[in-house]
Amino acid sequence: MTTQTYYVPTQSRWPILASIALFLMAFGAGNTINGLNAEQGGGIGVMLLLAGALAMGLILIGWFGNVIRESHEGLYSSQMDRSFRWGMSWFIFSEVMFFAAFFGTLFYIRTLAVPWLGGEGEKGVANMLWPGFTAEWPLMAPPDSETFPGPKGIIDPWHLPLINTILLISSSVTVTIAHKALKQGKRSAIVLWLAATILLGAGFLVFQAYEYVEAYHELGLTLHAGVYGATFFILTGFHGLHVTLGTLMLIIIWLRVMKGHFSAEKHFGFEAVSWYWHFVDVVWVGLFLFVYIL
Amino acid sequence: MSTLEQTAAAGELTEHHHGPASGIGRWLFTTNHKDIGTLYLWFSFIMFLTGGCMALMIRAELFQPGLQLIEPAFFNQMTTMHGLIMVFGAVMPAFVGLANWMVPMMVGAPDMALPRMNNWSFWILPFAFAMMISTLFMDGGAPNFGWTFYAPLSTTYAPPSVTFFIFAVHMMGISSIMGAINIIATILNLRAPGMTMMKLPLFVWTWLITAFLLIAVMPVLAGVVTMMLMDIHFGTSFFNAAGGGDPVLFQHVFWFFGHPEVYIMILPAFGIVSEIIPTFARKKLFGYASMVYATASIAFLSFIVWAHHMFTVGMPLVGEVFFMFSTMLIAVPTGVKVFNWIATMFRGSMTFETPMLFSLAFVVLFTIGGFSGLMLAIAPVDFQYHDTYFVVAHFHYVLVPGAIFAIMAATYYWIPKWTGRYYNETMGKVHFWLSFIGVNITFFPMHFIGLAGMPRRIPDYALQFADFNAVASVGAFIFGFSQLIFLYNVISCIRSGKKASSEVWEGSHGLEWTLPSPAPYHSFTEPPVVK
Repeated sequence: MTTQTYYVPTQSRWPILASIALFLMAFGAGNTINGLNAEQGGGIGVMLLLAGALAMGLILIGWFGNVIRESHEGLYSSQMDRSFRWGMSWFIFSEVMFFAAFFGTLFYIRTLAVPWLGGEGEKGVANMLWPGFTAEWPLMAPPDSETFPGPKGIIDPWHLPLINTILLISSSVTVTIAHKALKQGKRSAIVLWLAATILLGAGFLVFQAYEYVEAYHELGLTLHAGVYGATFFILTGFHGLHVTLGTLMLIIIWLRVMKGHFSAEKHFGFEAVSWYWHFVDVVWVGLFLFVYIL
Repeated sequence: MSTLEQTAAAGELTEHHHGPASGIGRWLFTTNHKDIGTLYLWFSFIMFLTGGCMALMIRAELFQPGLQLIEPAFFNQMTTMHGLIMVFGAVMPAFVGLANWMVPMMVGAPDMALPRMNNWSFWILPFAFAMMISTLFMDGGAPNFGWTFYAPLSTTYAPPSVTFFIFAVHMMGISSIMGAINIIATILNLRAPGMTMMKLPLFVWTWLITAFLLIAVMPVLAGVVTMMLMDIHFGTSFFNAAGGGDPVLFQHVFWFFGHPEVYIMILPAFGIVSEIIPTFARKKLFGYASMVYATASIAFLSFIVWAHHMFTVGMPLVGEVFFMFSTMLIAVPTGVKVFNWIATMFRGSMTFETPMLFSLAFVVLFTIGGFSGLMLAIAPVDFQYHDTYFVVAHFHYVLVPGAIFAIMAATYYWIPKWTGRYYNETMGKVHFWLSFIGVNITFFPMHFIGLAGMPRRIPDYALQFADFNAVASVGAFIFGFSQLIFLYNVISCIRSGKKASSEVWEGSHGLEWTLPSPAPYHSFTEPPVVK
């Protein structure tokens, strides 16, 4: 292990530009959201948010392009490769903890908060707040049903969610096959299997969107529907966002494969995306189990 | 070496020489760990003075009973912003700045593992804090719900600026996570040949574990503020019992972040003190391996003690008991550390330069803060102490003469390496003694008024608390203004200090002291061999 070849880039404009873009996004989002409540249209906020997001997209393209160029110029040693691997692994760990916060919330609400409100358990005195409220899960009738009208029904796990489970698990398999093909240098096979993965991911997103429409329009399962809706949407929503991001990443990798990037030995970009994809898959299994079935 | 000098691809700026670029571009576009460390440290100092001014406003109002200077509503904004700025703006960036400067030099690396991302981690912060401080000028004022932002104060009853507070917290979280990833990757991957894990300097070890804590809990903070945002603006009921949620849930999720967070603010301080005491005692650190294991144990325990912040909220008895005993367990590894520091000094040939003075004060005063923490850990007793000035005294003892004294010790200890010049020793000692006296005059009386029942975060108080409050306020101004001596000392050190040798201190040990002072712009372009 030698650091002699460790590449330290010279000065870069990307980070400061990305900081400005992130600030525009955050400040714009704050103004937009506060504008929603004031009902005076957060025109400037939306503009800032969009400008920030657009700038961030362009910056990321430039920044990653920079990294890819340096990689092709052979500036990265195997030690650099390990830095990237540690970086991506710990990033995924941070994502795991992000979802852990929401899963923890779900478990606390289900096993402690709602039963206490219903008069069960050691803190059952909370039932005094809404006498007559009975605990159940899924929570169809929240304590204050006027402010938070409960859902009329919930999503049946054995239809769309089951299909989505099959889609995502198969996509994890296809991305692994693509990875195998990459290691054997079979380029047409990679293109094919990656395309299959992208289609499976996109299919998942379409079904998920359809499920949301059904939840809102037919089941009355909304963000306002009490804590069942809140936990349902925050978990599935953030998962959906991650699948969207993962699909975008897969598309970029797919385009790069077609441009002839990656070799059988050096393809960390590909692996990072496939790690991320397996991660969203595992989160989904947790969701399917704890949000839909149980 | 040749690759380092190669001009990078298009889109990058070029660098024609070994030294730093000139002008403002050096700081905006830098990928150099020393430049970024310097940025972090100056940013942290500016935030320290900003948060300090807010603290002085609080102390000025509390100098006498009754309402003198500021409105209660503004007082609430001051306590909130003071806490947020000191935690996220002063202490955390200072430690990250020290890690940036020292970790590559201590492990024999050329720079941080991911230098561009390193720059991004820093430059997010000024924007995040600009947004957070700007809430002071918004309709309804700045966040006023305390730095712990408990729901429903921070949701149902929050000022509109809470939205910007939430996004500012998101930005700080992104910055911290990227910074922590970088530090872990540097420590795990860029060590010089022969630098095995159990040869790492303790400052590096404590930062490795701190970085792990950051990556584990900053996402949880992001999760809890996101749920707040949803509750405030999108009609969910996570923290609203009317919809089946629970405001206590907020406290659980917050403190699951919050307790590891307080160790994030103290573990690097342990590391600093473990570097300084052996140097000035001219002895090897006593019990190196036990120090490493103690740090790891503290980090592990930090995940299972969070609800000791919430003993009075109405938890089941089994929860009270579990969190009481798990909290007390922390005293064991912390006691190991204090014992090791004292054993290191035992029969050493000690001298008392400014870094050593700050480190000694750290050991004594942090231990006082630890003991008051043990008192607070006793659930039935905490029912009396909760939300009183006793709690304020406790956490200021671990954070001011704890974390902040360690940061100052580190600055005095390493600044000859950074600038190539010594600071003025006499001025350093004056700074130390004024700080030491000021801190104790400020926070020690708070134990008494807290035990007597004075509640925290209230701008007025009963007459019997008047004397101690007046004393505390005097101490706060002594402490606050003596930091200007520190500033002056640092600036004059940079400009015209006495030249320092590469070892700097007689008893110094470790890779960073093998580099010349000031350390060259690129640290170890060729990895040193560690035997």
